[in-house]
Amino acid sequence: MTLFRNVVFIAAIAGLVAGVVLACMQAYATVPLILKAEVYEQAGGGHTHDHGLSPAAAGSNAMSSAVPAEAATAEDEGWAPADGFERFAFTVVANVVTGIGFALILVAASELAGGIGNWRQGLFWGLAGFAVFTLAPNLGLPPELPAMPPADLAQRQIWWTATVVATAAGLGLLAFRKSLPLAVIAVALIVAPHIVGAPQPDSFESPIPEGLHHQFVVAVTLTNLVFWLVLGAVVGVVRGRLTGAATGLRDSLA
Amino acid sequence: MNTASVSLGASVSSQSRFVQLALAAFLGVFVMGFVGFSHIDAVHNAAHDYRHSMGFPCH
Repeated sequence: MTLFRNVVFIAAIAGLVAGVVLACMQAYATVPLILKAEVYEQAGGGHTHDHGLSPAAAGSNAMSSAVPAEAATAEDEGWAPADGFERFAFTVVANVVTGIGFALILVAASELAGGIGNWRQGLFWGLAGFAVFTLAPNLGLPPELPAMPPADLAQRQIWWTATVVATAAGLGLLAFRKSLPLAVIAVALIVAPHIVGAPQPDSFESPIPEGLHHQFVVAVTLTNLVFWLVLGAVVGVVRGRLTGAATGLRDSLA
Repeated sequence: MNTASVSLGASVSSQSRFVQLALAAFLGVFVMGFVGFSHIDAVHNAAHDYRHSMGFPCH
């Protein structure tokens, strides 16, 4: 399992670095906007984190609409980190953990194609990751602020996942297969999820000002772009060091 | 694209290579799915700001 161990090692370092960078950017760019939106959310009707109480969810489930709103809120909230440091600490942890998750996917995929040789190749792999995990799904499902009207959660998660898979497959075909029919299929794969269309809420009425949401979409897109570029570049650097050592020591790393 | 001249774990067979890479990717998907997509309330609340900041489907 030498290869597996090396992949995990590279992913852990890259995910840690990129995750911390992303968390710092979020602290300045996105989290303040989320907190602002929560003020509108509280002014508009009461509770934060209204799991399962969205109009769509209530409409699709006769049982939940029969439950009084306050009782359901109390049951649904569950544990949550205290505002301030604790909340931010959990955001940092989530960033690092998923950063390592994204890095594992990135390193595994790039090894199949020969591996990321240096930081510049890493930038381009990072761009691909950004296109797959941020650009494509966010075209159909723009990043949402709390209190914005959501469509059904499970349906959005399915669309999001399908879009990521189709875009990744499409980009892979475009980059690594030199045949015209496959290129046509690749473009079709990238376009298809948007023709099917993302699940939309019943109503677009929202207490969140349009300007605030636009600012949030820009912030999410740019912070993710930097995250993916850093992730790819660090993978390139760490992998370069590791393979350099391996040639010197002839697999004695194993 | 010019590929790296040295691969990680050069001595393993191509089949074992694929299995190990698939395993690593699966681990990544699992970690990401748990933090970003889990319906467990405590996990959702802990990673709430992160989910919004990534544009993951939330609420």
